[in-house]
Amino acid sequence: MYDSSDLRKGLKIVIDGEPHIITDFQFSKPGKGQALYKCKLKNLLTGYTIDRTYRSGDKFEPADLNEAKMQFLYKDADGFHFMDMRTFEQIDMTEDQVGDARNFLKESMEVTILFFGPSPISIDLPTFVDLVVVDAPPGVKGDTATGATKTATLETGYVIQVPLFIQEGDTLKIDTRTGQYVERAKG
Amino acid sequence: MRGLKDRLAARARVLQAIRAFFDRRGFIEVQTPVLVDSIAPEPFIEAFLVPQSRGNSFLAPSPELNMKRLLAKGLDKIYQLGPVFRRGEQGKRHLPEFTMLEWYRAYEDYRGLMADCEDLLRYVARATGHEDGRVSYQGTIVDLKGPFYRLTVKDAFSRFAGWVPGPNPDPDRFDEDLAFKVEPCLPRDRPTFLLDYPASCASLSRLKASCPDIAERVELYIGDLEIANGFSELVDPEEQERRFRKETKRRKRKGLPVYPMPADFLDSLKSMPPSAGMALGVDRLVMFFTDSDDIREVAVFPIPYEKFEAQS
Repeated sequence: MYDSSDLRKGLKIVIDGEPHIITDFQFSKPGKGQALYKCKLKNLLTGYTIDRTYRSGDKFEPADLNEAKMQFLYKDADGFHFMDMRTFEQIDMTEDQVGDARNFLKESMEVTILFFGPSPISIDLPTFVDLVVVDAPPGVKGDTATGATKTATLETGYVIQVPLFIQEGDTLKIDTRTGQYVERAKG
Repeated sequence: MRGLKDRLAARARVLQAIRAFFDRRGFIEVQTPVLVDSIAPEPFIEAFLVPQSRGNSFLAPSPELNMKRLLAKGLDKIYQLGPVFRRGEQGKRHLPEFTMLEWYRAYEDYRGLMADCEDLLRYVARATGHEDGRVSYQGTIVDLKGPFYRLTVKDAFSRFAGWVPGPNPDPDRFDEDLAFKVEPCLPRDRPTFLLDYPASCASLSRLKASCPDIAERVELYIGDLEIANGFSELVDPEEQERRFRKETKRRKRKGLPVYPMPADFLDSLKSMPPSAGMALGVDRLVMFFTDSDDIREVAVFPIPYEKFEAQS
């Protein structure tokens, strides 16, 4: 257990059953009064930020967070399946738990998964991934303002805006932070 | 932020000015022990414990008790500048070790302390190159020339927090509203004395004879920066012991370390004249005169922040 004097920026604690990280921390102690610990906390499951003020004597449960290197195996009706590359244990994640990462996951990709206790809570993807275009209807010609784009569908089902010259079967480099097209991958 | 040498030179000028101010007024500078056998059982002040071969000593969180023992021995105007130690105090305006100025006057009450504060700040301003008594702090000009604002706790709460504390307000509500509603609204163009605290906020101060709901206690602020705290001293040994015992009980209940009763101090109260004393955070005063918003900028090699940040 932590107590209030342990509170500081970067500390990860459990609030209402969910893991939070302290993103901002202010110590105050109004004249001869008690110490007050004003915290901004980010919920690591939802991303929401909350403000809380704690006092001396308050106790906190440390958030049991661990990372593991995992390989994405496949997706089926039960969800997304991963394998721990050290122990070869397999885990499942639901569509919700995977979140936007679902757009970029392809078989045998290596990712880092953050666990809260036994539960996987988020996926840290490589910054860039290469994905194959499975559908790319020709763009509308004529209105060729510079930077004109068209819609393409990638092997993961992700729909993305790409330049007009992209064709079915091309491999594209995608930035997983923005979800945007970077360039046509060589080879 | 200026370089270390400039900041330390500014700090030295503040220290010299403080000494010159009190020396000229006939105060005697004293040095009471930093290592002490007993401390005042006050709410919300945690001391560093120093294990000895028999029992424990403490690093003094304030020189208050020993300075009052000197008042009882007949010294009537004394001051002290030196380090004090408070466990668990960490922040932009707090260090676990900081420099305290305390001064005491026999046959005075807290009104005399307010006059001292006004004179002292003007004196230090002149000595640090602010001849016109105007000091720029965090984007606002603070005028030290005119009288400082005087605001009672009742008025301040009614204006800024929307309620009026009685003699024994809920401590959680009182402290939170003081920190997050009252202090941020205090005027910035001149220093403010916040005075007349609820009786429950007076661990070593005297209650007003005409109104025992109120403690004769005063805090000096510049904007929301708390600079000093003082009061008319309680000189009734029985009442003082009652308050210490009550606090000791509370500490036991909360599972906090219990401090031994300061017997020598309580004994000295029998011969202590009516007096008043003020404690001023010197690092905060240096922050003001150097326009710093972090106490670490004006302290030499303070315990680094990193030590108090979790690995992420």
